[in-house]
Amino acid sequence: MQEITLTLPMLPDMELTASKTACAVGEHIRMSVDKIDEMRMAVVEACINAFEHSDAQAQKVELTFAVMGQDDDPKGLQITIRDRGIGFAPDTVEEPVLKTKLSPGISKRGWGLKIIHGLMDEVDIQSGREGTTVVMRKLR
Amino acid sequence: MSESLKLNVDRRDGLAIVYTDGYINNQGGEEIAKVAYGLIDEGHKNLLLNLQGTKIVNSIGISILIEIIEKMIEIEGTLAFCCLTPTIDKTFHIMGLAQYAGIYADEPTAISEFTGSA
Repeated sequence: MQEITLTLPMLPDMELTASKTACAVGEHIRMSVDKIDEMRMAVVEACINAFEHSDAQAQKVELTFAVMGQDDDPKGLQITIRDRGIGFAPDTVEEPVLKTKLSPGISKRGWGLKIIHGLMDEVDIQSGREGTTVVMRKLR
Repeated sequence: MSESLKLNVDRRDGLAIVYTDGYINNQGGEEIAKVAYGLIDEGHKNLLLNLQGTKIVNSIGISILIEIIEKMIEIEGTLAFCCLTPTIDKTFHIMGLAQYAGIYADEPTAISEFTGSA
């Protein structure tokens, strides 16, 4: 399995670097343009979540882009985004509902995980005291 | 590294069209909101966001667009979007934006909807 690793500082727009890498690897395995775009957006959201909520001392996010399947017959792409922050309890994250969000005085934020789940084929989230690892898969 | 959003506005009778070019993140969303609220202050109640020049958005930028939708509901106006990439279109539907804002494939269709409802 081919793999690319990337460590990004938590700086403005750094999520776009992750997005561009996802695009390059997706093109390498001849994934469709629409699927690559969906994957790029999910990567952006996962990075932003880490940047905003991890409170990681190192202020870095580690990403791995791994081609699933054989080199001559790739099945898709697995992207792992890891921060070494304070973690969170994924099961307690309330699913956002737009009708509620449109109420005056209510925060409009909190869509990242819903978007990631909606755009990727599989998503696993492990989180604890040593940080959060999001594993996302997109089939070709 | 920074990819700033560029905006252009076309004011028409009963409709203002805002053209975006670039990444809609928190800064981009704020820029759009600033322009949208300015147009509302000018008396425009129908706003169309043409996203043809935007290939990527993030949820922070979209959350600011939701603030604009809230404002449009408050003033009994209409916000619509056109020329979205398939992924942005899918994301807006995942979030449920289509229930509160028109989403059109192209600008002529969006304009005709506005004209028809004017």
